[in-house]
Parts: sequence; C-alpha cells; structure tokens
Amino acid sequence: MLEEAAKLLATALAIGIGTLGPGIGIGMIGSKAVEALGRNPEAESAIRTTMILAIAFAEALAIYALVVALIIKFV
Amino acid sequence: MKEDQKLHISIKAEKIFEFLGLPITNSLLLSLVVFLIFTFLALFYYSQSKAKKKGSFYYFVNFIVKSLYRLFYPVLREKADYFFPLLASFFLFILFQNWFGLLPGVGSILAKVKEYNQFVYIPLFRANTADLNTTLALAIISVFLSQVFAIKYLGFRAYIGKFYRLRDPISFFIGTLEIISEISKVISFAFRLFGNIFAGEVLLTIIAFLIPVLVSFPFLILEVFVGFIQALVFSMLTTVFISVAIAKNH
Repeated sequence: MLEEAAKLLATALAIGIGTLGPGIGIGMIGSKAVEALGRNPEAESAIRTTMILAIAFAEALAIYALVVALIIKFV
Repeated sequence: MKEDQKLHISIKAEKIFEFLGLPITNSLLLSLVVFLIFTFLALFYYSQSKAKKKGSFYYFVNFIVKSLYRLFYPVLREKADYFFPLLASFFLFILFQNWFGLLPGVGSILAKVKEYNQFVYIPLFRANTADLNTTLALAIISVFLSQVFAIKYLGFRAYIGKFYRLRDPISFFIGTLEIISEISKVISFAFRLFGNIFAGEVLLTIIAFLIPVLVSFPFLILEVFVGFIQALVFSMLTTVFISVAIAKNH
C-alpha cells in the first residue's frame, strides 16, 4: 500500500471509529436529560448545566480522535 | 491545479515577522487586536458606570455580567463573589477569541512572508484559540489556580494529604491517581478548546472550497454556537474543578 493511501485510510478510521462511542454517549446523556426535565420541569437550569458538562466530557473523547486524525493528516 | 489554489490548512500558527527576536505569529496578531478591543470596552464600561447618565451599552454589559453570575452561583454558592472575576474573564476572553476568529478577513487576508529564501503567502490573522499554545496556557492557568485556591482554603497540610495518603496501599494508589487526573485535566482542557475551534476552521475552509456560494453560511452559524458553548464549557469546568478542590474532605 502506498504511504499516502495508508495515511488517508488511517485518518478516516481514526475519526470514524473515534466518534462512535462519544456519539452514543451524548445521545444517552441527552435522552436522560430530557427524561429528567419531563419529571421535574422546575430544575431546568440545573439539568441544563449538568448536561452540558457531561456532554463536554463525552465530547472530549471525540476531540482526541479528531486531533489524532488531524495530526495523521497534516503532520 | 495550480500551486497557489491548493487548500491552505496549517495545524500550527505561522510566523509573520520577528520583534526583538520574538516570533510574532498570526494568532498572536489577532489576539492583540482582541486584547485592545477588550481593554477599550472594559474602560468604556468603567467610565459609564461612573457617569451620571448611563447609556444603553452600560445596561447591556450589566445584563450579560448578571446572567453570567447567575450561571456560576448555584455551583459556588457564597464563594461565588470571590471567584466570579476570574471565571467571567475566562468566559469573555475565550468567547471574544472564538468569535473574532470567525470574522470575514481572518484566514483570507494573506501576508507575503519570506521563508527559507522563497516567498510564501500565509494568513495574516488566525483565531487565537485555534493555536495550541493559547489553549495550553489557559488550561495551565485554570488548573494551577485551582491548586492555589485549594491550598488557600484547605491549608497546605490538607492539600498535600489529598495526594499522599500513607494509611494503606489502596488510598496511596488513589492519591497517585489524583495526581495523574490533575495532569490529564490540563491536556483535556487544552485539546478540547483547540480541537473544537480548529475543527470549525477546517470545516469552514473545506465547505467554502467545495461549494463557494451560500452553503457555508449555516456552518458559520454553527461555529458561532460552538464558540459560545466552548467558552461556557471551559469556564463551567473551571468552576466545578475549583469548587471540588476547595471542598473539605469528609
């Protein structure tokens, strides 16, 4: 395999597989937050803050995959 | 395809010129612009707050600051007053840097720079938070300050006691893990902000490269939103880490 082709494949695989987990995680966080909101609509601001924090943690993993993909692509 | 029509994406900020041996990069240049505007707005707000007749600008800034305070208050409670200046400046600084990186002209105005005896064209401006140096600096400030506040509120002995627990092997191991988690906080802070903003820049460039007209507009709106969310996440995580660090062990 050519080096260039291997690099392109590695980039696509890194970001593609890397976003699977965080995607599922963020979906679960969102669904649970909406569920909690349905049970207790008064606690909206607290739920929103916690949800954004949790999403940020899950999203960080996707960002690591993205950084790895960018490093493979451009360096 | 001609050489100068190629997609220009650089993962690091590029040097425009040198000032007294100090390399001035394109992200530093935009950061200086933002810094000047930020200072001017702050001074203007201060002079307005002293004046008898206050303009609408004063009330607008007041509204923003008050909403920020309401955001941080539930986490820190009565200590919110003490930490608010730090957290609000983190938020506003990152927000300004993110949004100035989206202005037209940033990344499209080119400068002619001599590099290895040949002239190359590089962008004159670059979003400051799309430079890993900046985000790393912000992350180190944030994590280092949370250690300082922990020493201030808990005392030095209790602070060290969090990391070195010699009662039994398991708590010693947990203490070691605490040290690693403090270091990994820096990495995740820095890469989260850098990754989001740089990815946005790459996305906008590629979309504009594929379909030049109109299509990049919704993505621009998305990037405005992402810039806001990332500023919020950075300051909110700093708040939570500080509030965890200054909480007494029980």
